[in-house]
Amino acid sequence: MARPDLEALQLERLNALLARVYANVPTYRAKFDQAGVAPVVSGLEGLADLPFTVKDDLRQAYPYGMFAVPQSEIVRVHSSSGTTGQITVVGYTAADISNWADLMARTIASAGGTADDIVQIAYGYGLFTGGLGAHYGAERLGATAIPISGGNTKRQVQVLKDFGTTILACTPSYALLIGETATEMGIDIRELPIRAGIFGAEPWSESMRTQIEEILGLKAIDIYGLSEVMGPGVAAECTEQHGLHVNEDHFIIEILDPETLRPVPDGEQGEVVFTTITKQGIPLVRYRTRDISRIVTGECACGRTFRRMERITGRTDDMLIIRGVNVYPSQIEQVLVGIPGVAPHYQVVLSKRGSMDHVEVHVEVGHDVSFDEVKTLERLRNRVAAEIASSLAVNLAVKLVEPKSIQRSEGKAKRVVDLRNEGSE
Amino acid sequence: MVMQLTVFLENSPGRLAGLTRALGDSGVNMRALMVADTAEFGIVRIICDRPDTARRALEAAGFSVSVGNVIAVEVPDRPGGLADVLEVIGGVGANVEYAYCFVEPNGNSAIDVFRVEDVAAVTEALRRAGMRVLNEDEIYATGS
Repeated sequence: MARPDLEALQLERLNALLARVYANVPTYRAKFDQAGVAPVVSGLEGLADLPFTVKDDLRQAYPYGMFAVPQSEIVRVHSSSGTTGQITVVGYTAADISNWADLMARTIASAGGTADDIVQIAYGYGLFTGGLGAHYGAERLGATAIPISGGNTKRQVQVLKDFGTTILACTPSYALLIGETATEMGIDIRELPIRAGIFGAEPWSESMRTQIEEILGLKAIDIYGLSEVMGPGVAAECTEQHGLHVNEDHFIIEILDPETLRPVPDGEQGEVVFTTITKQGIPLVRYRTRDISRIVTGECACGRTFRRMERITGRTDDMLIIRGVNVYPSQIEQVLVGIPGVAPHYQVVLSKRGSMDHVEVHVEVGHDVSFDEVKTLERLRNRVAAEIASSLAVNLAVKLVEPKSIQRSEGKAKRVVDLRNEGSE
Repeated sequence: MVMQLTVFLENSPGRLAGLTRALGDSGVNMRALMVADTAEFGIVRIICDRPDTARRALEAAGFSVSVGNVIAVEVPDRPGGLADVLEVIGGVGANVEYAYCFVEPNGNSAIDVFRVEDVAAVTEALRRAGMRVLNEDEIYATGS
């Protein structure tokens, strides 16, 4: 699609969206009225004057307050991969589900997939958007979907081999685990028909891509999405593997300076902001993702005209994505405060163990702890790990450290130490 | 009954040196020191002449310290000496959580330190069996 045609389509859809949210979502009406702007723009540049939507708006509207259609039109809900106290609900109309299927079909196609492919979907199925998103996309494309979901890695390898999987969809770290498990089982995935991987739901690096491609013998494609905006399929790489084409007929992307919230020039880094111009169930105006990226300038050799965003390189807040689960370090603090025997001082240390990310929470033993035996301390450590697991929905290794050994800061505490790029990678 | 200090230590170079230096600087003299270690951390158990001073010095130096009571028994230096003691402890249904021993410098016996749940009952049983259960002053007297 030529750029002027695309922009005309975006503008038309944007104005329809603005009218819809203003009429149907009290949060938006209040935001627009407060900002003194009308829910209509004469050109795409008018977007810059509209109020933002943030995650907290969704939390406050929990569960259904941001929905823009009657409940009878909502055919499915998903939730963010957030955890206790952080969950947000997103609703889809039949049209949303259909658009999403189109977008994921497009994603699989841009990875080189066709109706002849056999797609093994090892993303989790359920409230998480990954599994069902990829599933509907594979079926829309006419490919064969294997809805295996995540986990049971030996079986994943067996199915990969026996069913003749040609495309694997999962998180990049899980792809590596599948590769390593296959090696342990004496199976060389590189000799199997698999040729592409559609990997997303967590940040990953170029060196990890190289590793995955070597171990699995496939082309690893980065995809991007977030449940608030749609799920997987918001943007995806093509086989050029140079930036993720944003599906601009459904989402308007802005890259803003996180401090001034003004647009940065193409090619410069900033916070990614999306406006969902076709969504019916829970449309979002200028949703601040907190993800950091930039627009990849120039034309793509594949011929697609949708602009590309760089892989996500960071966050404007301190959120971590650990095995697909969003973790805010402050949630760890909340857990620690409730456990006698440990101080609420902690540090999250990220490192590489083999190819997998290893996350270790360092927790200070309190001065008041009455311990005399190794087992007392081990019990304490296990309790911390169990309480973190139950309230954050992710298992993290816990290491007890001495009182005051975690560096104190006078300003914002450094809660996350990332050693992943040092050493083994 | 003997007061024992327990100190939590990370497994990192120089930590044990720091601990002993803190005690030395405060004028505390140790009679026994035992390190129990796991892959991730260690527990150091100390019997010393002035436990309260030691505790304050260690806490001031940033260590996490816990204080508890243990039983110290003089065990004659002959075959079966320790077995006799353990049989008495077992005889009252007590479980030994951990034990360590050190040799009395001037005598023909060792001093065994036991950590049990019910210190009073075990002490009583040992005394009734004719064993020599030491108090803090006695532990120090054995060295002089």
